[in-house]
Amino acid sequence: MKPAPFAYRRPASLTDAVDLLARSPGAKVLAGGQSLVPLLAMRLAAPEMLVDINALPDLDHVRCSADGVRVGALARHAAVLASVEARAVQPLLALALANVAHATIRNRGTSVGSLVHADAAAELPAVLRLLGGSVDVVGPGGRRTIPVDDLYVGPLESSVRPDEIAVEAFFPALAAGAGVAFAEIARRHGDYAMCGVAALVRLGGDAPDERVVEARLGYLSVCDVPTVVDVTGVAVEDAGDVALRSLDPADDIHGTAHYRSQLVRVLTERVLRAAHDGARARRTPGGDR
Amino acid sequence: MSEELHDVVLHVNGAAHAVSVPGRRLLSDALRQDCGLTGTHVGCEHGVCGACTVLVDGAPVRSCLMLAVSGVDAEITTIEGLTEDDGTEEGRLGPVQQAFMDCHGLQCGFCTPGFLTTVTAGLRDNPDPTREEAREMIAGNLCRCTGYQNIVASVLRAAELARDS
Repeated sequence: MKPAPFAYRRPASLTDAVDLLARSPGAKVLAGGQSLVPLLAMRLAAPEMLVDINALPDLDHVRCSADGVRVGALARHAAVLASVEARAVQPLLALALANVAHATIRNRGTSVGSLVHADAAAELPAVLRLLGGSVDVVGPGGRRTIPVDDLYVGPLESSVRPDEIAVEAFFPALAAGAGVAFAEIARRHGDYAMCGVAALVRLGGDAPDERVVEARLGYLSVCDVPTVVDVTGVAVEDAGDVALRSLDPADDIHGTAHYRSQLVRVLTERVLRAAHDGARARRTPGGDR
Repeated sequence: MSEELHDVVLHVNGAAHAVSVPGRRLLSDALRQDCGLTGTHVGCEHGVCGACTVLVDGAPVRSCLMLAVSGVDAEITTIEGLTEDDGTEEGRLGPVQQAFMDCHGLQCGFCTPGFLTTVTAGLRDNPDPTREEAREMIAGNLCRCTGYQNIVASVLRAAELARDS
């Protein structure tokens, strides 16, 4: 349970960090380390070098605007969760982050790190995918933006290249007339979910003739990559079964595939109704935002 | 080939410890082996059990999920730093320590350092927790002896002691 030897560098500038990665093909970026260090300790990962980005300036930010929330690579989950502005601009962030591991892990783990770790059992990749966000990376060729639909290419595999550093994630704001919800079931609060679902519901038209013009769901732990399913126009009771056609719940020691499928059905209906209620409340003048 | 060592200064419980460690040295191991502070216990070594929890700049962090070299700019508090100075060499138990003793919040004591650091920070953020909030506060720490009931009672008692002092 001790990591294998590796070289360690702690650059003070982003340029130096990118340089190090370009010169060391076996190097990996260390930010919060809450996923990477266990992999090192269990020797499931054995990079030749770790490039610790914790001393880099200007990456520890949570910036909110009318467009959405920009989260820097050194912003810890706890900081994003505590941001009142972020919660107002995109409430789904805080709803999901409250389910990310335990508070102690959230104090050190970074949101951007979780996104590029690309674990389909993690909350934030599913959320970013549902919201249609993006991740900015910096490499030898400069900075580029990866739209989330191009980010997740396989289990634990993102399209961030080995010589690139993810510097910022962008979570779009919640649109007017839209509501969000999140729910997951885990053996123990804070553990990996057996199934998790995020919902986004957008209403159009004027009351009392308002109708759902968009209903989409993001799933975790019941698929190999973070998966989004569009259920616009599907009856709420049927949405879970429709979603299951795009999902692949698996057996493991925590639950059977059959049980996970049942969680998909139950949680899907639950979050769709909650997101719908949220959307209606936001459309009511003086209603809960 | 000998392993490259890094000379770093760790600030632990208000004291500076100059240590020379390889990049792979976990903070938990550095605290125990290089700083001689064996109060921090090492359980699962992959972030699940919470026994090695220390405070990094006041916030609870798993010391087994942090590299010692990554701790250079931080103020670290271990269980040894929770004791209050009363002029004696041993010092006086802090309110959280005293409450765990009063309420039988520990049996074998292996997990206790992680609970004490976690609860110390938890009560600073929420000085008057409900029973439910007390349970949530310790949700990331495992104990195989107590059944948790007395630990929850200890958290509530520690809140009382801190308020009274």
